[in-house]
Amino acid sequence: MADGEAKPKKERKPPTKKIAMPEQDAKKRSHNFDEVALGYTAEQAIEEAKKCMQCRNPKCISGCPVEVPIKEFVGLVVEGKFMEAAAKIKETNSLPAICGRVCPQETQCEASCIYGIRNEPIAIGRLERFVSDYARLHGEPLPELPGKIGKKIAVVGAGPAGLTCAGDLINMGYDVTIFEAFHKPGGVLIYGIPEFRLPKDVVMAEVQFLEKLGVEVKLNHVIGKIRTIAELMEEDGYASVFIGSGAGAPNFMRIEGMNLINVFSANEFLTRVNLMKAYEFPKYDTPVKIGKRVAVIGGGNVAMDAARTSLRLGANEVKIVYRRAREQLPARIEEVHHAEEEGVNFNFLVNPIEVLGDEKGRVIGMKCIRMELGEPDDSGRQRPLPIAGSEFVLDVDMVIVAIGNSPNPIIPESTPGLKVSKWGTIEIDEETGMTDVPGVFAGGDIVTGAATVISAMGAGKRAARGIHNFLNRE
Amino acid sequence: MYEIVDKKILNEVTKMLVVQAPEVARVCKPGQFIMIRINETGERFPLTVADFNREKGTVTLTFQEVGKSTKLLGSMNVGDKIQDFIGPLGRPSPTDKVYGTVVAVGGGCGSAIVYPVARAFKEAGNKLIVINGARTMDLLIYRKELEKISDEFYETTDDGTCGTHGFVTTVLGDLIKQGRKIDLVFAVGPVPMMKFVAKTTEEAKIHTMVSLNSIMVDGTGMCGACRVTVDGQMKFTCVDGPEFDGHKVDFNELMERLNAYVDQEAIANEEWAKTHGGAK
Repeated sequence: MADGEAKPKKERKPPTKKIAMPEQDAKKRSHNFDEVALGYTAEQAIEEAKKCMQCRNPKCISGCPVEVPIKEFVGLVVEGKFMEAAAKIKETNSLPAICGRVCPQETQCEASCIYGIRNEPIAIGRLERFVSDYARLHGEPLPELPGKIGKKIAVVGAGPAGLTCAGDLINMGYDVTIFEAFHKPGGVLIYGIPEFRLPKDVVMAEVQFLEKLGVEVKLNHVIGKIRTIAELMEEDGYASVFIGSGAGAPNFMRIEGMNLINVFSANEFLTRVNLMKAYEFPKYDTPVKIGKRVAVIGGGNVAMDAARTSLRLGANEVKIVYRRAREQLPARIEEVHHAEEEGVNFNFLVNPIEVLGDEKGRVIGMKCIRMELGEPDDSGRQRPLPIAGSEFVLDVDMVIVAIGNSPNPIIPESTPGLKVSKWGTIEIDEETGMTDVPGVFAGGDIVTGAATVISAMGAGKRAARGIHNFLNRE
Repeated sequence: MYEIVDKKILNEVTKMLVVQAPEVARVCKPGQFIMIRINETGERFPLTVADFNREKGTVTLTFQEVGKSTKLLGSMNVGDKIQDFIGPLGRPSPTDKVYGTVVAVGGGCGSAIVYPVARAFKEAGNKLIVINGARTMDLLIYRKELEKISDEFYETTDDGTCGTHGFVTTVLGDLIKQGRKIDLVFAVGPVPMMKFVAKTTEEAKIHTMVSLNSIMVDGTGMCGACRVTVDGQMKFTCVDGPEFDGHKVDFNELMERLNAYVDQEAIANEEWAKTHGGAK
């Protein structure tokens, strides 16, 4: 006596997963600097793209800070039109091969993917990476540019914000000069993110593409020292300036032992290895130190990069020391996963209280205290609180500090009229990106404090639009 | 690329190069430094400017050959080009003020860095006393130049081959003991020398500036390799310095940090000796 016939259940397909991207084996890769992820083949890309529903009202694009026409480019991938797909992306994104590798798609475009409601979302990042790599390797043609407007714009800093701003402005018809402090362009893409996550050839190719479009890159120019922003505008004829100088100054903890000789900022450690190629010392002149047991303080992507780089340089043991819990790690899940696969050790709810040194200033251990989570703090995350009496010594001989950066003081100090927050970041109009100095715009980490590559790129894009509107006002 | 337009060999280990870098020369001030990368495989390292000529667009670097990079730089000749030349960096010396009597103390190669700063102090209207010291007479540099700009000029050598037999602090201590009115001491040289100069002036409470030569990677405030403790606070030599109050610098920590890479420096020196046939 059933109370009705059981309706035949509609057969629902099981949720699909992203097509996996081939990767170097974890054991092997933890000893080399070659790229970890190997990228899709053409067949894999088409198969993944075919799953895209080509939504009438797609949500993915609204999740992209640089407004990539995702639906359109994915559609072109389905048809095997990879060059066209790459050109489509470049309409709004000057650095797709970089974004395809380092963007946190899981919180952006892929988080908004409608197909992703029931399934794993379309692997937009992997597809972006595939088509931009394809275009680079097959010699991508230059797009047609509009006629020259006849106005010069100066961009300070050749990092993600500056490169994006420059790319958008050159596409609008402006003359653009980027002033870069270092001897190589790319900013954090070159000095910070390791080769195994973002090959430097990829970065250089994106910069060279911008140069082919007509962007001039002047290296070794520390603006604020060799030339001030006022001089660029008043003497050198730049109609507008974009400041994308990044969050340059590494933070250290306010604990004893921070100046011991085997304590490094992640910036220093990664710059030695990435920008200066210290992993090839003595072929390259810059040395780098590596301990047998390395502690990396912090839980962001930079901490993961430093930890994984330490393994590759030959450390026997690498420990991430993070004062909150696993759930609060700010690093991308993929980076944490890769780090764990390679053998990085995670110490959660542990906070350093002193780095211990010997008579020669070398690290011989790190005194820590265990933490527990209390009430949520301003950031909405539960505040970690020390557990009394839980002190212990971590047996390490090198410490890398990866707890973020503060803005570099050189530009704010040399630019009268700029409004600067108490953290040293430059304050801007949220909509236009303009600072308190008319015609001077800013974006990226110098405005927000340390953030992501893609948010800096979004800021560069917004400022390019702001500059264009400013120069065409009335 | 930045061309070397003049070169002088001041002694066995000290070379002077004049480099064409008009944009840098235009704004360069005494006390500031340059980051150099000699070639594609080179490291970035700081050298404090020894002089500059705005009209000719040149910057002068005088340096001691201590490691591979300075040896390589010292082996370069007129017409050769330096790949990267970044500056001027750091804060300029506070030379636009009249202090009264300034004693400028140079030790070894530090005398080259003292020179433009001392000259600026003199030009600003200060009375200038210069103490130029070295281990031995052959290592004294900038002798004529420093003598020419100073109101009083002293030289010291550790071995007594020239001037006062002793250290720069011997003369400085004597001046203080004589009750001479000294308003500012500016010292550049090896770290132990600067440490002892600061010690010598501490009791008499004479304001003492020293220029530090910390290890740097980028030189623009980005890496923190050059951090130094001044008055209990962490400072970056590259953006907060390179000059600091000598009475507040933790010189012992600075010395430890300068020795951080001795092992790697030895490897690099060995490589250099192998490829250039020179003695170590």
